[in-house]
Amino acid sequence: MEKGSFEVKTGLAEMLKGGVIMDVTNAEQAIIAENAGAVAVMALERIPADIREHGGIARMSDPKLIKEIQASVSIPVMAKCRIGHFAEAQILESLEIDYIDESEVLTPADEVNHIYKHDFKVPFVCGCRNLGEALRRIGEGAALIRTKGEAGTGNIVEAVRHMRTVQNEIKRLSTLGDDQLMSASKELGAPYSVVKEVADTGKLPVPNFAAGGIATPADASLMMQLGAESCFVGSGIFKSNDPARRAEAIVLAVTHYDEPEELAKVSEGLGEAMVGINMSDIPEAERLAERGW
Amino acid sequence: MTVGVLAIQGAYHKHQQVLTKLGVDTLLIKHPEQLKSVDALIIPGGESTTMTKVLQSEKWSDTIEMYAREHPVFGTCAGAILLSNKVDSAKVHPWNIIDMTVSRNAFGRQIESFLADVDWNGFGEGGKIPAVFIRAPRITDVGDQVEILGRYDGEPVLVRQGNALAATFHPELTDEIAVHRYFIDEICRKAQAA
Repeated sequence: MEKGSFEVKTGLAEMLKGGVIMDVTNAEQAIIAENAGAVAVMALERIPADIREHGGIARMSDPKLIKEIQASVSIPVMAKCRIGHFAEAQILESLEIDYIDESEVLTPADEVNHIYKHDFKVPFVCGCRNLGEALRRIGEGAALIRTKGEAGTGNIVEAVRHMRTVQNEIKRLSTLGDDQLMSASKELGAPYSVVKEVADTGKLPVPNFAAGGIATPADASLMMQLGAESCFVGSGIFKSNDPARRAEAIVLAVTHYDEPEELAKVSEGLGEAMVGINMSDIPEAERLAERGW
Repeated sequence: MTVGVLAIQGAYHKHQQVLTKLGVDTLLIKHPEQLKSVDALIIPGGESTTMTKVLQSEKWSDTIEMYAREHPVFGTCAGAILLSNKVDSAKVHPWNIIDMTVSRNAFGRQIESFLADVDWNGFGEGGKIPAVFIRAPRITDVGDQVEILGRYDGEPVLVRQGNALAATFHPELTDEIAVHRYFIDEICRKAQAA
């Protein structure tokens, strides 16, 4: 009997496919998410939009809050640690978090090293903007990749950019000959073995989800059609004026992501979405996707 | 023969891939009327609460339960929970197809998920197959009509009642395709011939 193997870690990601993972800040929101059909919740003290507004250093959530959320729902509970902060990750593992998100939404703890995720029995999800970044995280042991997008903006443009970039780079890689892969590996800054695997199979070796800016059922559909296998929705739900309805609509939108008539039905009368922020209104230094490498 | 895979949420593509390996035609099922076009149905792993919720809000719980009563069905993990007649959680609505009681996430959270060999007796020969258990349920009680085809640590993990098969593990996540082959050859094809 073997626990914590890579197969077991990616196994949970396989089970989360075709679903919606929702950010929640208390037990009450977690229950709303579960009742709406979420496949998992992300336990946070503040959703990304509020982290953005609040400023200062954003850290791992209070274990008390995480436990309350764990006790309130039966679906998997995820939580975020800071990039490179392996002590926070150890604490989250001791709380038996189902997936740890080593997240750019929190303030990075290490500007050089990400966590060596193979050391842990619980699986990790990490964000990426491009294929090289995705493969470096997988090399460190991430069992699930998501686009970074730009969290807390309600603006899908960065998630689209990141998903398209990853997909284009995978396509390019699969056209290269074996004699070109070492050079590709150097260019991508990613481990050769993983580069080779992607070139041979034409896909990432772990599931690939979307995150960062999804606010409507149509946003979720867009990301799924671009190749995402599930969607993380952060501020989009609990910053809208009818979270329960919007949550359910996004769940149905992910199931029926390629059926416009169904999407029209679920998008009807949802009330105001979160207001959203234009990328040009966010100074470079405040862009969360730039954190990590 | 076409086998449907319920595609509301979960590892439905993985099941589709195994069926394709076995040379079986497949159809992803996202609407009740599609059930008319398939001879059997696989209910994949995923979150049973999500599947219950979507079936209820789109109002096809009754249709799919009726289908499952009359056709070969195979449920893995969340799918096995849905096929049971009793679950320890009010959040999931069981379809009452297999006379068994199921406890959700009964081994614990993800940190307790594991890979192990299961003693299996599908084709009557006995042997071991590798099995991945992800936040797996436990079958805590089975009725007289239920045949136990696989055990882990003495406990039932693969069971059959009539044309319904249920696994608490994920045969779609390993390269071992014996359980799917059993479903197709021993259940679906025989049901079709009958």
